[in-house]
Amino acid sequence: MSQIIKVSSLSKSFGAIHAVDNLSFAVDKGDVYGFLGQNGAGKSTTIRMLLGLIQPTMGDIEIMGLSLRRHHREIMRQTGAIIERPDLYKYLSGIENLKIFARLSGQKPDNRKLMDQMEMVGLAERATSKVSTYSQGMKQRLGLAVALVHQPALVILDEPTNGLDPQGIADIRRLILHLSHDLKRTVFVSSHLLSEMEIVANRMLILDKGKKVVEGTVSELLDPSRMVVQLETSNNMQAIDEIRKSKWAEKLNQNNSESQILFLLNREQVPELAADLVKMGIGIISIQPRHSLEDYFLSLIGSNQHVSHTAN
Amino acid sequence: MYPILRIELLKIFRQPRTYIAFVAIAAIVLLVQLALYMDGEQWLSFGMQSLTSNFSIEGKILNGYLVCFVVLQTLLIHVPLLVALVAGDLVAGEANMGTLRLLVSKPISRVRLMLSKYCAALAYTILLLIWMAILALLISLLLFGVGDLIILKSDEVVILEKSDVLWRYFAAFGYAALAMSAVAALAFMLSVFAENSIGPIVATMSVVIVFTILSTMDIPIFNAIKPWLFTSHMIGWKGFFDNPIQYHAVLKSALVLLAHIALFVGVAVFVFKRKDILS
Repeated sequence: MSQIIKVSSLSKSFGAIHAVDNLSFAVDKGDVYGFLGQNGAGKSTTIRMLLGLIQPTMGDIEIMGLSLRRHHREIMRQTGAIIERPDLYKYLSGIENLKIFARLSGQKPDNRKLMDQMEMVGLAERATSKVSTYSQGMKQRLGLAVALVHQPALVILDEPTNGLDPQGIADIRRLILHLSHDLKRTVFVSSHLLSEMEIVANRMLILDKGKKVVEGTVSELLDPSRMVVQLETSNNMQAIDEIRKSKWAEKLNQNNSESQILFLLNREQVPELAADLVKMGIGIISIQPRHSLEDYFLSLIGSNQHVSHTAN
Repeated sequence: MYPILRIELLKIFRQPRTYIAFVAIAAIVLLVQLALYMDGEQWLSFGMQSLTSNFSIEGKILNGYLVCFVVLQTLLIHVPLLVALVAGDLVAGEANMGTLRLLVSKPISRVRLMLSKYCAALAYTILLLIWMAILALLISLLLFGVGDLIILKSDEVVILEKSDVLWRYFAAFGYAALAMSAVAALAFMLSVFAENSIGPIVATMSVVIVFTILSTMDIPIFNAIKPWLFTSHMIGWKGFFDNPIQYHAVLKSALVLLAHIALFVGVAVFVFKRKDILS
């Protein structure tokens, strides 16, 4: 069984709103699969459907070769998840929360193993403190411990770095890589922080308005021959007008602005572009290639209004 | 189902708010007992004026059994609120806290989860009634002693020999537990439709108040529905203090309450099984 998740023609509507629209993808065993999209793109709705929390309007989900509709319990025995915020029972201690969810996952709680789990997420010293006294980062780490308490083969993480400080984000990254490389788990992780996915994911899907924009390996999607080029001129608006009249119009990003002009080009086209710009009388200040996934994402989505950036 | 029930009980009894009901009951019962201990004879002679003007009454009328009856009559009106506090929180409280999505994504069936939650609410309700029985009956008997029980009703006076009273209290508390379980089932059902517990608690109390008013109003148009309102049967525990007891009426009332419990829990499970968890 190489495919751990197989999603076919999945749709979910809430009244007239199509939260997820005819989505299909597959996640292979051992993948760290990045599920990318802006806020409201349909990531959490898809994840809730993968966990059986909401029923799809149409489409099928198979996990580990089993139909989710018919084998929810069997699948959930081998699946661990964090869904949006890691909300837990605040009036109980961390270890008590872990014990509860171990039992619910069909495990007989073993105190030593539970403490090992707390150790793994760096909470051993605060294991007996009430969750109400935990910081956001600690709650997130406890949420991860809860998701992993029954050693699931598939780990689904919905925005696991939300609300974390840079150190917390780095810890989660390390943990995802540890799960994948050392423990050989399949990890499905959603994020709107594109730079996160560049570091941890080997495959990814970009979702926009509930629809798949692109899917592939991170190396394919970051093909160095396809690059985002940023142009800075003495008068960007005037330059955009001129470029729109030329053959380069189709290479322009849709939502360019006074502050930046972006093109999606092949590497060998850059000198030709520079020469043509000079011929058009455009005062070039700089032409810079940008390789990040974020730029790639922007070029696909055609908007940068809601995309978040990370500092590290 | 037992492991889930244990977890549900742990969650209920580790929340400080659960003990509000136990403290409130203790405070009310002890205050009533203290008041009757200090001023009970005077209060009783005033209440029994009409009876003592025509009859000669001997013996200790203000005894533990009478005090327990007074406490029961006073408290059972308010206990539905205390039951709704916990039962109305069972699903809506988890939705509000954000733990419901985690629970439902675990390998347990939604039906089992819901039945475990209701059983936990039942356990809480029964414990509340046992607590009430210990305070209202046991402490009253210790403070006021044993005696025949005289109950003044609107059209008759019931006198029960002391040897014939204790079992009636056990039966009455058992029946009261059934009545409160119906309230718990209603709050539990409403809890499925809400994402915070205030709504179901207020809605439960509103239903209990409206139905109680309908049950007690002597207007012909309501007579057809009265036998079907669960609130009409919540005071069925008083039937155990009739002489002779109308077993048929008590049993009928108990069956109506059981039917309501089955209906409320059934609707709760049916709706939750199909519900999209968006909280």
